[in-house]
Amino acid sequence: MSGLLINVDNSFRERLWKNLIIAIPYFWLLLFFLAPFLIVLKISLADPIVAQPPFTPLLQKSDDGVMSIYATFDNYKYLFQDSLYFVTYLSSVKLAFISTVLALLIGYPIAYGIARSPQPTRNILLLLVVIPFWISFLLRVYAWMGILKTKGLLNGFLLWTGIINEPLELLYTDTAVYIGMIYSYLPFMILPLYANLEKLDIRLLEAASDLGAKRWEVFKDVTLPLSMPGIIAGCCLMFIPAIGEYVIPALLGGADTLMIGRVLFDEFFLNRDWPVASAVAIVLVLLLVLPIVYFQKRQNQELLSES
Amino acid sequence: MNQRSTFIFSMLCFGFAFLYIPIVLVIIYSFNDSKLVTVWGGWSIRWYMELFNNENILNAALLSFKIAAITATCATIFGTMAGLVLARLRQFRGRMLFTGMIASPLVMPEVITGLCLLLLFVNLQNLIGWPSQRGMNTITIAHITFSMAYVAVIIQSRLTEINESLEEAAMDLGARPARVIWDITLPIIFPAMVSGWLLAFTLSLDDLVISSFVSGPGATTLPMLIFSKVRLGISPDINALATILILVVAVGVSIAGWIIHRQKQAKAIS
Repeated sequence: MSGLLINVDNSFRERLWKNLIIAIPYFWLLLFFLAPFLIVLKISLADPIVAQPPFTPLLQKSDDGVMSIYATFDNYKYLFQDSLYFVTYLSSVKLAFISTVLALLIGYPIAYGIARSPQPTRNILLLLVVIPFWISFLLRVYAWMGILKTKGLLNGFLLWTGIINEPLELLYTDTAVYIGMIYSYLPFMILPLYANLEKLDIRLLEAASDLGAKRWEVFKDVTLPLSMPGIIAGCCLMFIPAIGEYVIPALLGGADTLMIGRVLFDEFFLNRDWPVASAVAIVLVLLLVLPIVYFQKRQNQELLSES
Repeated sequence: MNQRSTFIFSMLCFGFAFLYIPIVLVIIYSFNDSKLVTVWGGWSIRWYMELFNNENILNAALLSFKIAAITATCATIFGTMAGLVLARLRQFRGRMLFTGMIASPLVMPEVITGLCLLLLFVNLQNLIGWPSQRGMNTITIAHITFSMAYVAVIIQSRLTEINESLEEAAMDLGARPARVIWDITLPIIFPAMVSGWLLAFTLSLDDLVISSFVSGPGATTLPMLIFSKVRLGISPDINALATILILVVAVGVSIAGWIIHRQKQAKAIS
């Protein structure tokens, strides 16, 4: 049991201290994190009406003063009947999944290379991976707009080298969204992979090759299975935020790039349909619960096996 | 050089080129004289001059920096408390809920956090008349909420790294818990608090989605302004703005690195 704050002669002042340290962040999170979520849940069960606020109340008072609860699942039914939402959920999962796999393929050798570099270089390379994370996300996505434009820098370069004769349509397509996703989330992929590969015991690899395993076999049978926790952590860290992404599809994607974050944003601001927007949000959270719970379970297992 | 290291080496080159070329291009083209963003028209600083004459951008930048400074400070205070609780108090009623509420903002999509908070503010306004107007206050509250979770995680991982024996020794020698926190724990986690503050500051300065939800008329943060501009296409003054912000980050990261480096050196000597 921790010594701090606990095994004291519980004088009143000490208890007050302890309770205060718990209560302040606790209260803040209850008020500004849990309560809003419950409100969204409540509104997702209401009917849209033309009023301020634009939805029916959960508790309704009839004329004779009796309170009754009014809840409807119409918004959820609507989500599953209207194929737009279903297609959008699927397309978000697809975009996030493919970007994650591509980022893994690019990130793994980079993480491996960093983990195998000699010490001073390694820290510099690691710092170089972290720095983009501190630069505005919005501006980093924006940087790609100038590169991917039809008359942009990439097309200019490719035309100049003669690889292509016609400029490629890149900006406002799914390709641009993939590039933007991989670019933005690559550090999230590299860091957990690096943290894992750095711990890898070189002697195991040497033992495998001494026993006659070929390079490829050493990688496939030793390195890869041992780095599985890093792969899972990296993929979760990228896949989970990528599904709800708004900025990347809004700036780089075309009108037909369907992502759920964007639909939610438009539903809310353009259509002002709060109940449907709330239902979209709740379904998105349910969609994310599975990977998140899986991720946390793996992380806890990691911690247990380490200690 | 054998085959494998050639492959790894070229992947490293490709990876870092991929990460840095877009940033370098933005910096170079911020000095482009031409109005056509992707055509080179010679060196000039005219976009920087225009930036400093653009009152909208300056006001938005001022608002963003104000919000980021308040957010970072509050988030560091609350986040440090939460980190202490998570790392050092293993038993109290409602710990499960507390852990969940700290972990969730980290994985919650921004659109959902934004929507939830806006609906809370609207409901509160109907119920108790506060906040009477959405704007800087609501944006700051929203930013504190999600960035304190990041600070809490940083503090928690720092606290689990360090040995509790120092704190226990102080306690055995008769120091009161409040004093132990103040004299032992806080100095040890100070570097983590600095990184937490910087992270919260960056997260706040960078946030577009949540701010767009909870903002009201008249309160436009810098990312909101940039987004409404670049949504219609690229514009040369945004390149200049991006260059300045990148410079700020570079300086900030260097200072933080220097502080942490010095702390490590001091530790190595003692």
